Amino acid sequence: MKIHEYQGKEIFKSFNIPVPIGYAVNKLDDVEKVIKKVQNESKKDAVVVKAQIHAGGRGKGGGVKFSSGLSTAVNNANKIFGMNLVTHQTGERGQKVRKILIEEASNISKEFYCAITLDRSLGQFVFMVSTEGGMEIEKVAEETPEKIVKVWIDPLIGMKSFHARKLAFGLQLTGSAYKEAVNLFLNLFKCFIRTDASLAEINPLVLTNDNKIVALDCKLNFDGNALYRQKDILSLRDTNEEDPTELEADKFDLNYIKLDGNVGCMVNGAGLAMATMDIIKISGGEPANFLDVGGTASADTVKNGFKIILSDKNVKAILINIFGGIVRCDRVANGVVEAVKELGLDVPVVVRLEGTNSEEAKEILARSKLSIIPASDMKDAALKVVKSI
Amino acid sequence: MSILVNKNSKVIVQGITGGEGAFHSQQMIDYGSNIVAGVTPGKGGSFILEQNIPVFNSVEEAQSNTNANVSIIFVPPAFASEAIIEASEANIELIVCITEGVPINDMAIAMKVLEKNKTRLIGPNCPGIISVDECKLGIMPGFICKKGTIGVVSKSGTLTYEAIGQLASVGLGQTTAVGIGGDPIIGTTMKEILELFEKDQETEGVVMIGEIGGQMENEAALWAKKNMTKPLVGFIAGQTAPPGRRMGHAGAIVSGGDDTAEAKMQIMKESGIEVCESVADIGEKMKKSLETI
Repeated sequence: MKIHEYQGKEIFKSFNIPVPIGYAVNKLDDVEKVIKKVQNESKKDAVVVKAQIHAGGRGKGGGVKFSSGLSTAVNNANKIFGMNLVTHQTGERGQKVRKILIEEASNISKEFYCAITLDRSLGQFVFMVSTEGGMEIEKVAEETPEKIVKVWIDPLIGMKSFHARKLAFGLQLTGSAYKEAVNLFLNLFKCFIRTDASLAEINPLVLTNDNKIVALDCKLNFDGNALYRQKDILSLRDTNEEDPTELEADKFDLNYIKLDGNVGCMVNGAGLAMATMDIIKISGGEPANFLDVGGTASADTVKNGFKIILSDKNVKAILINIFGGIVRCDRVANGVVEAVKELGLDVPVVVRLEGTNSEEAKEILARSKLSIIPASDMKDAALKVVKSI
Repeated sequence: MSILVNKNSKVIVQGITGGEGAFHSQQMIDYGSNIVAGVTPGKGGSFILEQNIPVFNSVEEAQSNTNANVSIIFVPPAFASEAIIEASEANIELIVCITEGVPINDMAIAMKVLEKNKTRLIGPNCPGIISVDECKLGIMPGFICKKGTIGVVSKSGTLTYEAIGQLASVGLGQTTAVGIGGDPIIGTTMKEILELFEKDQETEGVVMIGEIGGQMENEAALWAKKNMTKPLVGFIAGQTAPPGRRMGHAGAIVSGGDDTAEAKMQIMKESGIEVCESVADIGEKMKKSLETI
């Protein structure tokens, strides 16, 4: 699960990680008041106005503006608020800005990069810092990997001071800034573990002109599997940032992701669902979605799945691919027949049912006299669905 | 022969009194698996499944009373990592964890305990193992398997069934099919399963099925290049998956670099693996690979 920068910074504060003075605004009327408040508390005129959307690349897309005083800040806030921000992560459609963060401008002496995530292959946490902050870390990793300092942390032992010291020395920090960095790193790891984060990234982490270490940005992602024990984190979910159809699917426990093609698919199991999308493409079509109906697909699940797929107006044909293990194909077939009758489908439906009770399922479909196109295997199904459009 | 489990495996079921646990335990018994006991804290002393299977309060008790060497876990995600640790500390040699949705931090800690005790774990979030006609552990439909000479290893459940179905349609049976799971942290890697199949005398060829995300298939491919003497057919699901999206399995996230389907398929090809561009070619490719030896 993702959250906004301003929410992440509130979490940072609760773990004593220094962030700039700033407040989030969700209606334009409050902008001037909040800018003045930030100016008052920071005793500085300059502020930064930052669009709050989940996608990265906000600066390049025009969603982050330095503002030297009140009038420019109000201007910038007016421009950013409500804009459709397009970044490399939002796709062409962009994302509407519904909240902005007004923050004191920092006097930056140096910019660093700092992140914690899981190293899957070692089963340990990896804590990385680099003197090359502010820019794309992928590039640094590729071109000058020696500029990234890493420590691996055993989950049973946790982060120790020597880990943090190595990172702070790696950033060539000295004196009070060194001490602040060591504390920040230890606190960031604490934050990462206690919130069940899957990624904690600060880019940039800055050294200010008055020798303070401050987290200028904040990106926190959380392990979806752990949200049951992170009620506070879960309450930060912003459904405005999610696709409405995907949200609807979520209510029915369906795992749905919208894509740009016109062949809707309904499949049991994530791997088979991805393989079905792939074979549609190989057969000359474009998948309209990923939809995993899970291990307990019933008639109801199938009906809800149909509704979700059909809410996408691009869909010109539907492919149902079920390999029944625990899932019984006859139940799925009944679900298909019921749904087609009830929803009055006007797009072709190709059905491939294999595994548990597949023979009974084929009879059910044949008896229904509905214009459902049966397929014998995946290749057959993909070719038929592409041809049907 | 087979790998991981066989007719001599003595199995306990953790979470046997739950709905899933009881249902699949019966299915496993019907297949012929030797289920010797169940564990549900607080229900020790009772019997389940037509009064045939004794239930114990702890894995330690169940193990010492039955001499079990294998455990299969059907407990809810919040308790799964503890169940794994409990089994490992009770000297169980092989643990299969079916549970989906185990927090990653919990798994990271459990893995360290498994390392210390030298316990092998399959999963979590996996369909389990079938050694054909000997022992079924997990939720795979047993009837689709036929005894034969092909090993199957896969991250995904239903895609494993698809591969088995295709092998059957070209007349090839299996030795063992293993679903290793698709989570970011799993107990046994694809490479480790390939090692076992390579050593198994009865296995003559192997199908490996991967997904986008992670490095496991690449690691397996590079190992196979140097060490595998048996024909290997591979497939990677997720060629059309959009970057940065979670596709059902926590592991199936494309984050760029060499964890895309394309990159993995390239590395597999370079390692001498017969790579299927289309999922529909798995059976045919395996048949051809065996004929050309």
